[in-house]
Amino acid sequence: MLYHPTVARLTQRAILGRRRALILLLLPVLLIVIAIVVRVLVGADDEVTADLLGGFALATMVPLIGVIAGTGAIGPEIDDSSIVYLLAKPVPRPTIILTKLTVAVGVTAAFSALPTLVAGFILGGNGSRLAVAYALAAAVASVAYAAFFLMLGTISRHAVVFGLVYALVWEALLGSLVDGVKTLSIQQWALAVGEKIGQGGHVVSDVALPVATVLLVVVTAGATWFAAQRLRSLTLAGEE
Amino acid sequence: MTTIRIDSVSRWFGNVVAVNDVTMAIGPGVTGLLGPNGAGKSTLINMMAGFLSPSTGAVTLDGVRIWRNEQVYKQIGLVPEREAMYDFLTGREFVLANAELHGLGADAARKALATVEMEYAQNRRISTYSKGMRQRVKMASALVHEPDVLLLDEPFNGMDPRQRMHLMDLLRQMGAAGRTVLFSSHILEEVEQLAAHIEVIVAGRHAASGDFRKIRRLMTDRPHHYAVRSSDDRALASALIADPSTAGLELDRRDGILHIQAVDFARFTELLPRVARDHGIRLYEVSPSDESLESVFSYLVAA
Ligand SMILES: Nc1ncnc2c1ncn2[C@@H]1O[C@H](COP(=O)(O)OP(=O)(O)OP(=O)(O)O)[C@@H](O)[C@H]1O
Ligand SMILES: [Mg+2]
Repeated sequence: MLYHPTVARLTQRAILGRRRALILLLLPVLLIVIAIVVRVLVGADDEVTADLLGGFALATMVPLIGVIAGTGAIGPEIDDSSIVYLLAKPVPRPTIILTKLTVAVGVTAAFSALPTLVAGFILGGNGSRLAVAYALAAAVASVAYAAFFLMLGTISRHAVVFGLVYALVWEALLGSLVDGVKTLSIQQWALAVGEKIGQGGHVVSDVALPVATVLLVVVTAGATWFAAQRLRSLTLAGEE
Repeated sequence: MTTIRIDSVSRWFGNVVAVNDVTMAIGPGVTGLLGPNGAGKSTLINMMAGFLSPSTGAVTLDGVRIWRNEQVYKQIGLVPEREAMYDFLTGREFVLANAELHGLGADAARKALATVEMEYAQNRRISTYSKGMRQRVKMASALVHEPDVLLLDEPFNGMDPRQRMHLMDLLRQMGAAGRTVLFSSHILEEVEQLAAHIEVIVAGRHAASGDFRKIRRLMTDRPHHYAVRSSDDRALASALIADPSTAGLELDRRDGILHIQAVDFARFTELLPRVARDHGIRLYEVSPSDESLESVFSYLVAA
């Protein structure tokens, strides 16, 4: 059994708790508002579309939503130790992690890939090919981000901070300054997938598709495996 | 018949030894794990519940290792010490989720909620519950699969007397039905009322084991300490030292206090005033210096 509906229900309600849901909605709503404004003021323009979908949607929105959904799928439960109710059950630990991952991926994609697609259509441009390319890249990135940030959630109480540092400092800042860093960036790997569809030079990755694919699979599978291991030996200690 | 065995188990956190070479077996019936704050009760229970690995030694359920073995939860129900639950759920949703995770359904959840008398508030969010209500919902979540072993860490915390009585009855019934019930507490009276068998743990060590009569006796027979101020501490000391009920004497000249350790409580309380009178010594102050639970317990460890 790779999926447990009860675990999924609990996780989904934890991620989409009232406040969290509002934060999750903020960026997609912003993206769509900007898309409408741009379309009205500038009209359909491939250059602008690629800037907005690449620079804002894929580079900022997807990782931020990934951090919230990925760490939120498990971090708070471990933090306040309410996860004992989940763990004191004869449910295999990999099942728990895979279920939580499924929910985190679903939420990340729903709040990032879907709005990216919608924004792309609103922006018009190159036969909506760009919209599909970036939305696909966002969907691919959702999987890897969710897995990676879910793993961070099983490792540290400060997973959100580390997640933000990874997304904003490593990928966004260092990624734009240091060439080598780009090779180790979920965003670039996802772009490599989008590049295949995008055509026309507006979707560009610094990583070749085969390498990107391998790295995406390795990171997703590795992080998931590691998270399950963490859960197997999760420790509850008395108050210090 | 299910037995949890703790075999030469120690657990340390960095330099802190929380549990120190403990060996005990918890069998069917109700067992009380008694010890003062910080004694290592939660550490032991967490190891029995598979949420902490022993640093050395083994913790087993009918011979099967508990750590990293999720199958044991078919037989174990746990009521943790911590408050946190899925507060955004209602009581009913929470207990139902626990039932489903055991492969059970709404019937099991309903039954467990009825057992703890929480049906009346089952549709309220847990975040609105009082401490006692939380405790009872935690209890329901642990009972939902009718486990052979029930582990409860400070289950009576925050309960009012009526709820406490009700939970005690419930645990008694489970014990009488042959289930293995272990609960921790730092209150002797609580443990006495409920537990057929008591395990005492102090400063990480297994201090005593037996029924409540034996534990009581150990506690009243222990040496009592007194701090005495008198008109002539020195003369009083030399008059007392001859008597077998006096086990130790220490004169603190600076503060003018005579510290006395008495082994035979009844005899000593009669001896002290008589000796003082016979020697014309006036007693200004006689105070038992360590009646705290800690000191009562630490005597047991030394014994
Ligand atoms: N995670 C931890 N890190 C460091 N020390 C710990 C940790 N957990 C427990 N301890 C220490 O181990 C000892 C035993 O703690 P434990 O929580 O088991 O005691 P307890 O008997 O349950 O106490 P209480 O009645 O307060 O619940 C204490 O000295 C405590 O400070
Ligand atoms: Mg404790």
